[in-house]
Amino acid sequence: MGSPMKIRAQMKGDVADIKILMAHTMETGQRKDPKTNQAIPAHFIQQFSVEVGGKAVVQSQTGPSISTNPVFGFKVKGAKAGDKVVVKWQDNKGDSRADEATVA
Amino acid sequence: MRQALIAATAFALALATQPVVAQNKPAPAATAKKAAKPAAAAPVEEKDAATVEFEKFRTMMEESNPAELFEAQGEDFWKSIRGPKQVSLATSCDLGLGVGIVKGAYVQMPRYFADAGKVMDAERRIVWCMIEKQGFKEADIMKQPFASGSYTPEPTSLVTYVAANSKDMKFAVPLKDPRVKEVYEIGREVTNHRAGPYDFSCNTCHGADGKRIRMQNLPNIATPKGATTAVMGWPGYRMTGGVMLTQQWRMGDCFRQQRFPQPKYVSDTITSLLTYMTANANGATYKGPGIKR
Amino acid sequence: MDTLRRTVLKGASASGVLVAALAAGLLKPTQVLATEWNKVAFEAKDTPAAMKAVGAATAAESKDLKLTAPDIAENGAVVPVDVSSGIANTISISIFVDKNPNPLSAAFDFANGALPDVSMRLKMGQTSIVRAVAKTADGKFYTASKEVKVTAGGCGG
Repeated sequence: MGSPMKIRAQMKGDVADIKILMAHTMETGQRKDPKTNQAIPAHFIQQFSVEVGGKAVVQSQTGPSISTNPVFGFKVKGAKAGDKVVVKWQDNKGDSRADEATVA
Repeated sequence: MRQALIAATAFALALATQPVVAQNKPAPAATAKKAAKPAAAAPVEEKDAATVEFEKFRTMMEESNPAELFEAQGEDFWKSIRGPKQVSLATSCDLGLGVGIVKGAYVQMPRYFADAGKVMDAERRIVWCMIEKQGFKEADIMKQPFASGSYTPEPTSLVTYVAANSKDMKFAVPLKDPRVKEVYEIGREVTNHRAGPYDFSCNTCHGADGKRIRMQNLPNIATPKGATTAVMGWPGYRMTGGVMLTQQWRMGDCFRQQRFPQPKYVSDTITSLLTYMTANANGATYKGPGIKR
Repeated sequence: MDTLRRTVLKGASASGVLVAALAAGLLKPTQVLATEWNKVAFEAKDTPAAMKAVGAATAAESKDLKLTAPDIAENGAVVPVDVSSGIANTISISIFVDKNPNPLSAAFDFANGALPDVSMRLKMGQTSIVRAVAKTADGKFYTASKEVKVTAGGCGG
């Protein structure tokens, strides 16, 4: 299921400034466990989507070179305070997570 | 581990009986040694181009700090009914300002806790509450007290939550309390104690202005400015490894880097160092959990 | 680029149906997002191959595509990068790190008022060119790049 995201969305003029913090290891698959010397399997978010006020605004695909505990920022014009922001991610192991926040 | 504990304890005891020796100069022997990077570095300008560049992006990084993920986790731990005694810390743990009061508690620790009969820093106090109030086993907490990979110990998240609730507040370690002052003085002596294969003390690297290791400036913890730099940003989200780490970890790792035996987690030695450094930063505004390279 | 096409960005109704289906337990988590991960592009070993795999075999340099990143990164594990396109009708942005084992880091499609402006943090194994590619609604590609130096570690604050 993954740990909760932190989503902040704030109106700046007529643009909503959206910041998303995701809790994910984003393991590249290129590292070895120093204890066992075995390769640590890749484990990373592959896709995520952002919806504002019921409309899909961003669709993203990501590779393992996104930093651990990913941070993304987006700007959405025409959003308004009170709009619901929904972020969903899905990783390469089929795990997924959805969280929401309200535009302030 | 056992050997390390004994050594650390003996070390702390030895310090308590030693006279204060002023030793702000780097150990002369150290410069000759190949691995002695910190002492070998010549004093440098405090702000070079690289530092300015780091700071420019540091602010941006702090605006969205993954530490917030751990803060949220810590809040959940603080408020939830947990442990063998089925009680929440919010209704049982006194961080110095009254049971359950989190706001402003972090910047006023270390402080003396009568129920424990000890001066404690924030993390130590949280661990004490988990053991005494919630009934968690000390041995379980001591097993892996620091974050590694995707594992984050509960006290780490808890201290992140507690620390975040002192954001934008001033450090105010109650140094007027003679019991706190005594621990502060022990902490000062610990920073002067030279030992280990390199004959380092904390002050070899952190007792004078203008020192650095590789690209990083090393703060002089004897000064208010340096002590502020040293305590700021802890607990911190470490970019390397993507883990949340605490001051307890930082102190233990400094000992490791000096090739000292590592002091025990939540021990008197670490509390004394944190008391010394945090009190030296008294009056400075704490900016909340940080982000570390 | 086809697999990155805005198949999922059909608007509220489609995603609403998806949420409802998910809530009803009709879909497995792997079906939450409707697009297919662009395996060929993400697993490409060099930037030209990766760019080709997203359809951007030719991309013109553009000053209207702004890539903000540090000259020297404090830590290669976390390099803040911001890409903002002033090119009219930009519908997607992709990011590449030339010297990474797999250069493509991320690709974003924008719709329904989302500005072509994204900030993220990347891992960089070594000093490298970081490259942004923007795609416009009429299928044209533009690019901007910047070198980011990655330094050796210190002792962690």
